[in-house]
Amino acid sequence: MSPEKMVHMANQIATFFKTQPGDNAPERVAGHLRDFWEPRMRDQLRRYVDEGGTGLDQIAIEAVKRI
Amino acid sequence: MKDFILPDDRDMGTPARSGALVTLTVDGIEVSVPEGTSIMRAAAEAGIKVPKLCATDSIEAFGSCRLCVVQIEGRRGTPASCTTPVAAGMVVHTQSDHVRKVRKGVMELYISDHPLDCLTCSANGDCELQDMAGAVGLRDVRYQSGRNHYDASGHGVLAQGDARARAASTTARSGVAGDLGNPLFIPKDNSNPYFTYDPSKCIVCSRCVRACEEVQGTFALTIEGRGFDSRVSAGMAGDDFLTSDCVSCGACVQACPTATLQEKSIAELGTPTRSVITTCAYCGVGCQFKAEMNGDRLVRMVPWKHGKANRGHSCVKGRFAYGYATHKDRILNPMIRDSIDEPWREVSWDQALSFAADKMLGLQQKYGQKSIGVITSSRCTNEETYLVQKLARAVFMNNNTDTCARVCHSPTGYGLGQAFGTSAGTQDFDSVEHTDVAIIIGANPTDGHPVFASRLKKRLRQGAKLIVIDPRRIDMVKSAHIEAAHHLPLKPGTNVAVVTSLAHVIVTEGLMDEAFIRERCDWDEFQHYAEFVSDPRHSPEATELMTGVPAAELRAAARLYATGGNAAIYYGLGVTEHSQGSTTVMGIANLSMLTGNIGRPGVGVNPLRGQNNVQGSCDMGSFPHELPGYRHVKLPEVRAVFEAAWGVPIDPEPGLRIPNMLDAAVDGTFKGLYCQGEDILQSDPDTHHVAAGLAAMECVIVHDLFLNETANYAHVFLPGSSFLEKDGTFTNAERRINRVRKVMAPLNGYGDWEITQLLANAMLKEMGGATWTYTHPSQIMDEIAATTPSFAGVDYALLEEKGSVQWPCNEDHPEGTPLMHVDGFVRGKGRFIVTEYVATDERSGPRFPLLLTTGRILSQYNVGAQTRRTENTAWHAEDLLEIHPHDAENRGVNEGDWVKLASRAGETTLRATITDRVSPGVVYTTFHHPDTQANVITTDFSDWATNCPEYKVTAVQVSPSNGPTDWQESYAAQAEQSRRILPAAE
Repeated sequence: MSPEKMVHMANQIATFFKTQPGDNAPERVAGHLRDFWEPRMRDQLRRYVDEGGTGLDQIAIEAVKRI
Repeated sequence: MKDFILPDDRDMGTPARSGALVTLTVDGIEVSVPEGTSIMRAAAEAGIKVPKLCATDSIEAFGSCRLCVVQIEGRRGTPASCTTPVAAGMVVHTQSDHVRKVRKGVMELYISDHPLDCLTCSANGDCELQDMAGAVGLRDVRYQSGRNHYDASGHGVLAQGDARARAASTTARSGVAGDLGNPLFIPKDNSNPYFTYDPSKCIVCSRCVRACEEVQGTFALTIEGRGFDSRVSAGMAGDDFLTSDCVSCGACVQACPTATLQEKSIAELGTPTRSVITTCAYCGVGCQFKAEMNGDRLVRMVPWKHGKANRGHSCVKGRFAYGYATHKDRILNPMIRDSIDEPWREVSWDQALSFAADKMLGLQQKYGQKSIGVITSSRCTNEETYLVQKLARAVFMNNNTDTCARVCHSPTGYGLGQAFGTSAGTQDFDSVEHTDVAIIIGANPTDGHPVFASRLKKRLRQGAKLIVIDPRRIDMVKSAHIEAAHHLPLKPGTNVAVVTSLAHVIVTEGLMDEAFIRERCDWDEFQHYAEFVSDPRHSPEATELMTGVPAAELRAAARLYATGGNAAIYYGLGVTEHSQGSTTVMGIANLSMLTGNIGRPGVGVNPLRGQNNVQGSCDMGSFPHELPGYRHVKLPEVRAVFEAAWGVPIDPEPGLRIPNMLDAAVDGTFKGLYCQGEDILQSDPDTHHVAAGLAAMECVIVHDLFLNETANYAHVFLPGSSFLEKDGTFTNAERRINRVRKVMAPLNGYGDWEITQLLANAMLKEMGGATWTYTHPSQIMDEIAATTPSFAGVDYALLEEKGSVQWPCNEDHPEGTPLMHVDGFVRGKGRFIVTEYVATDERSGPRFPLLLTTGRILSQYNVGAQTRRTENTAWHAEDLLEIHPHDAENRGVNEGDWVKLASRAGETTLRATITDRVSPGVVYTTFHHPDTQANVITTDFSDWATNCPEYKVTAVQVSPSNGPTDWQESYAAQAEQSRRILPAAE
């Protein structure tokens, strides 16, 4: 998928979980990505973060380290 | 007359009552019935038929025909048995000499004004008037020919000024020169595509008028004129049935005791000789019908009175719009082609399946195991859907299975699963009869779920209150004899803000049910949630500017929902098809838990499912992350169940969702698709992107009734079977598993479940695997039951016995579960979830200043593949753009003008209709017609949790246009080219 679309989707997930009580938003984002994103999508996101992760929410970046 | 064998669906004369039993004697037979029951019904319970004409058990008694008179010991006169309630110890005689004489006199009068053309009448053999003439022993009519309504020639007829004018007016509107001399003669109204109205045969029993009022709730019909002039009229003078408010639900036709209102199919094909109970293949209400047959030809569909979702009612689609099943466009032979630029070649089933199997296996060898996938259909049966996802998991060996619920109710699955622990509505449809306050949010039931709308309207007329939350002024806001207490016309995309604001009022004003919350919900999570919603930024006053909903109205609505008694929420795709669709579903669950409106009749959270088997397709493991029964593929203990059943390892990783499949296709990693019963090119968002994805695939297998839009990009076409041609089950919005029964042989040769099995076996043979050996869908259901705990008790024998069951149906609930979460939530404690409003990134601005929202209309269904191929096009032949008068005026747009509708995704043209049903700044259209392709406009934004597309909010501009866009023209040309078919070689 286009990087813009991927970043938008990942940030949407991060935005939801950081509004939830608790301080484990990255882990919950990671859990969501593991549960619903097919491996090649997660690989693309990982690679994107490795390349700098431009535009990604910090929570999403933290999450990617956990998937 | 006493019946010794009581037919299951005989007419009991008047509706059932409930309450303490009262015992009486009818013709010497003692019978006990609930208090309030009519004598007529009590007699019927005892197996005794009392002659009747104006009574039928779907509507309240009227007492006008006087044919059902009886004698009661100790009482004077001959009361009507339909309107006289039973009393303890009452002794009734239905067949005394006196009542027989009265009845014969009444029948004489009826027959004296009725054409005696019984032998050529379309209702011959199925006419209650004819039956009653026989029942009362009518042998002659003493009255001389005189004033009548049936003799068009007018010989011996008295002139009547009013009636002459009315007859002349009717002649003018019908275009039939029927006024040949008799001013009381009104010609037949043939305007409705499906039924005729012949006033000359009307006995003015008012059954049709009462059915329209009581059952359908449209109030389109009335009795016009007085005394002998009285006739049924569809609305105002000048209206015929087609132009009137009539919604063609068929309730009037069903109620009519004569041939006055009669299906055209009966006139053409004759009366049926057998019937089969089956389930409608349109919306998620799941109405059951009697498919009435002549041989293997369907004559008509009649709503079955024992259908537990519809209770004998229907809408125009289920009742009449079945002609698509035999439409000339239907493809009956398999076809293949190497390239989408080539014409189709008709081939044998073996050739087509071998071609498809070779292609798909070749793609996996070349591009990897995860390069192909499936899309299951919510229009197909549970058994078929189960097999398609099994094809992906056990033959393709991946989890690349998704379903059209992805683009409609996937947020329901996620949201309710998170809050309650199960991905389904909580109630049955009967529950509405106990509702005191209903919220409809993001749904348009009169159009999308008409039979449920009629049931809700009936409850509203009994005094229940209604709150509508919708950008449009849908018909439920105000129509005949109903009016919503509150309409919150929110701006598209602000659902979460409105729902959270409702919760703010409930919590800050102390209107929540604390006892329920303490007992049934997680208290810590509730406290977080209460603190969140109590923040002043969620107050109606703070959100008013953003949502467009007046604060006072929102406060009043919240108070009514929290304090008005049993309160239920019904919602649709106006909730789910947003970037925060899942969040709104969770917000709705929060509201129900806050107020304790869960776990008993009259309350709950009720997703109105768009298609007939959305619930079932989700139940059957169509989603790429979960196996049947909503169990994640990552769970080894769940995989083990299916690995044991199927004899193959299950991939523990989630597969691709539909939008992801298309993205991966464009990226070059997804190459093959088996798409059963869906038309993703027309139904999915951002058509250009869908087309690019399909074009990038090397093998697209479309399995459908018609060469749909997706088939323009297909390499294999497998002709499908209609719902009339196969056995199986559909699961409706109330989790009810209804039987679908084969009423005729598949015109294409196979049921769809057989075709999936043939494809699987074609691949398995090449792979050297064990082939599938199902010989009947009941065996598939047995496998579902063996592997899926919520279906563990389901089998066809139980469905035959009970008619239908609602899951969970297992050892704990052997007869199913009408209401969920009665004693506790499936997940244990109900979970309150914080619902922060996040505005969509799809925003109006200078280039695209309006917001487009999309929906459906009563007469059409989804992408219109079925309904466009029926006479329903009489009501909706094209998609129209609704635009507010202010927005139209600013753009120089007049009613009926062609306009260009443009978004950042694309543009199309269609005609405009100007209405204040939409607010300024909002435009609306349907997506039923491929020549409009409304989804050229919609974008790839989607729900954060599920990827459900954001159909309901697209920033657009509207401008005058003088013709189709370049894209529309090129697409039409491509589609025409793509549909060329070379016949099979001899």
